[in-house]
Amino acid sequence: MKRANKAALLSVLFMGLGQQYNKERIKGLIFSFINVMILVNIPNFSHALWGLFTLGETQQNIAAGVAGDHSIFLLIEGIIGVLVIFVLLIVYILNILDAYRTALYIEKGGKPKTIIQTIKTAWSKYFPYVVLSPALVFILFLTVLPLIFSIAIAFTNYSSPFRLPPRSLIDWVGFENFINLFRMEIWGRTFIGVGTWTVIWAILASSTTYITGLLLAVIINIKGIRFKKLWRSIYILPFAVPGFISLLIMRLLFTGLGPINSFLLSLGLERVPWLTDPFLAKVVLVLVNIWLGAPYFMALMSGVLTNISSELYEAAAIDGATGVQKFTKITLPLVLHATMPLLILSFTFNFNNFMMIYVLTDGGPANVAYQYAGHTDILISWIYSLTLEQGQFHMASVVSIILFILIATASAITFSRTKSFQEEDMM
Amino acid sequence: MTEMAINTKKESNNPKKKKSIKYGAIIFKTFIYFLLISIAVIVILPLLWLVGSSLNPGMSLFGSTMFPENPTFMHYRNLFFETDYLLWYKNTLKIATSNMLLSVVLTTLTAYAFSRFRFKGRKITLMAMLVLQMFPGFMAMTAIFVLLLHLGLLNTHMGLILVYAGGQIPFNTWLAKGYFDGIPRSLDEAAKIDGASSFTIFIKIILPLARPIITFIALTNFIAPWMDFIFPRLILRTACQRTLALGLYDMATGQQATHFTLFAAGAILVAIPVTLLFLYLQKHIVEGLTKGAVKM
Repeated sequence: MKRANKAALLSVLFMGLGQQYNKERIKGLIFSFINVMILVNIPNFSHALWGLFTLGETQQNIAAGVAGDHSIFLLIEGIIGVLVIFVLLIVYILNILDAYRTALYIEKGGKPKTIIQTIKTAWSKYFPYVVLSPALVFILFLTVLPLIFSIAIAFTNYSSPFRLPPRSLIDWVGFENFINLFRMEIWGRTFIGVGTWTVIWAILASSTTYITGLLLAVIINIKGIRFKKLWRSIYILPFAVPGFISLLIMRLLFTGLGPINSFLLSLGLERVPWLTDPFLAKVVLVLVNIWLGAPYFMALMSGVLTNISSELYEAAAIDGATGVQKFTKITLPLVLHATMPLLILSFTFNFNNFMMIYVLTDGGPANVAYQYAGHTDILISWIYSLTLEQGQFHMASVVSIILFILIATASAITFSRTKSFQEEDMM
Repeated sequence: MTEMAINTKKESNNPKKKKSIKYGAIIFKTFIYFLLISIAVIVILPLLWLVGSSLNPGMSLFGSTMFPENPTFMHYRNLFFETDYLLWYKNTLKIATSNMLLSVVLTTLTAYAFSRFRFKGRKITLMAMLVLQMFPGFMAMTAIFVLLLHLGLLNTHMGLILVYAGGQIPFNTWLAKGYFDGIPRSLDEAAKIDGASSFTIFIKIILPLARPIITFIALTNFIAPWMDFIFPRLILRTACQRTLALGLYDMATGQQATHFTLFAAGAILVAIPVTLLFLYLQKHIVEGLTKGAVKM
C-alpha cells in the first residue's frame, strides 16, 4: 500500500495515528488528545441526541419528588451537541487530509515538520481560514444556534398555559402551527393586519427620513446661507443623543397628561389622544421617526453634495439649464446613486425597528380584533409580546420564520445586485 | 461649497427682471432662514425639556415644567448618593471599552480576509452572514440564555461582551470589507514583493489607511452598551451588575414615572459625553459609513 493511503487510513481509525506514522509527534498527540476527549464525552453526545429526538420523557411531579425533564433545555443542548459534532467532524476530516498530504509530501522527499514549522506554514498558507475561525465560531454559536432553535420551536407545542417547561413536557407537532396560522381566523387576520402595517411602516419610515434628510442637506447647502456649520451641528443632535433616551422623552412628551397636552390646554384647546387614537399613534410614530432618523441621512447627503464638482453646474448653466433642471438632472441622480444601498439598509432596519415601537407605543392602542397585538404593532414587536409577554412561543416562532423568509429573500436579491457582488472578480 | 440650483436665477441677465428678482431673492432667503430656525427649535425643544426637567424640584413627570421657578441640582446629587448610578456608569464603561476593543479586532481581521483573499466558500459565507443575522431575535434570546448558562457566563459582564461582540460581526464586517475593497491592491502587492507577510500587510498598510471605518466601528461598539437594555435584562441578574441603560429605563418607566426627574438627570449625564464624542468624530463617522456602504 502507498504510504499516503496508509497514513490516511491510520488517521481514520484513530485521530493522530497517521501523524505519528509521518513522524510528526506533537501534532499527532494533539489530534489523539481530541479523539480521547470525544470518546470520554460519548455519553454526553448520546444524551444530547436523545433529548433532541424525544424532548424529554419524565414529567415533573413535585409531590412525588420527581424533577422531570426540561424540554427546552434538552432541545437547546441537543442543538449545541449537533453543532459540536459538526465542528468535530471538520477536525476529523482535517486530521485525515493532513495525514494524507504530509505522507505524500514525505514520499516526494520532504521532511516531517516540527510543531513550530507547522504553525508557521498554517499562518502563511491558510491565513484567511486561521483569521476567520474565531468569527465563524462566534457566528455558529450566537447566530446559527439561536436560529436553529427558533426554527425548531415552530414545530413544537411550546406555549402557555399548558405546555411550559419545566412544569410539563413539550412535543414535536410537525406543521400543525403553520396550518393553524392560516386556518384559525383570528391568527390569520392578525398576521395579515400586522404584516400590512409593517410594510407600510417600513416604506413610510425610510422614505420620510430619506427625503427630509435630503431637504435639510440641500437647504443648508444653498449658496449664500450663513452659519452652515452651526445648522449642521444642531440638526445632527438627535442622531448623537442615545436613541432610547430620546424615544423615552418623546413618549413622555406625548402621553395623555404630558407637556404637549398641558400646553394645548393652556391655550384653551382640547387634549389630543396622541398615543391612544390608532391613526394619530401611527402619525406620531412617523413624525418621531423623522426627528430621530433624518439627521443621519442629512449628514450622509451633505457629504455627497459637497463632493459634487461645481464644474457640472457651471456646464449646465452654460447650456441654459434652469435651477429645477440642475437639481433633478444633476443633484438628485448623483445623491440617489451614492446613497441607494443605505436606503435599502434603512428599509430593512425599519422593518424590524423594535425599539421605536416598543418604547414609544408598546404596540398600543389595543386592538380587540387581533390576537395579542395592538394597532401600531409591527411583526417584530408582535413576536416580542407573543414570546415574552404571552408565552405563545410556538406561534411567535412560526411568524418569525415567515418574516425571516420575506426579509432574507428581499435582501439577498438586492445585495447580490450591488456593486461589490458584481464587481467581485474584476480585480 | 456646492452651488445650489435654486438661487441661480440671479445669473439671468435680463435688466428689467433684475429688480423684482432681487426682492424675490430677499423673500426667498428670509423664508429659508425662517425654515432653518423653526427646524432648529423642533430639534432642540425636546432635549431642552429634558434639561429643564432635571432641574425641577419635584419627582414626577406631571409636576415638572421646562423652566422651573426654583431650579435645583438635587437630582444630580441624589443620583450619586442615593442610587447605584456610579456603579452602573463604571459597569457600562468597562463593558463598552472591552466590547469596542474585541469588536474592532474581530471585525477588521474578518473583513481583511474577505477583502483580500479568494478561498473556497467565501462568497457563500459572506452572503450567509448577512442574511442569517436578519432573523428576528426574541426566540434567539432563549437559546443564548441557555448557552451562557452552560458556559457559566450568565450574570457576568464577560457574557454580555461576547454577545455584543459576536452579534456585530456580520454587519460591520460588510461595512469594513467595503472600505478595504477601496484601498488599492497595488499597495499590498508592492509590500508582498518586499517580503511582507499577510499579517504585516494588515497591520502596516491596511489598518492605517482604514482609520475612518475603524473609528466608525469602534465608536458604534463603544456606544451600543450605553443604549441597550434588552440584553442586559436577559443576562445580568443581580443589581450590582446592571448597566446604565437598564437602570435608567426602569427609572423612567417603573411606577408611573415617579422617578422621572431623576431619570432626566441621569440621562443627561449619559447623553453629554456620548454626544460630544459623536460630534467630535462626526467627520470620520460619515466618511467611514459612506465609503464602506457605497461600495457595498
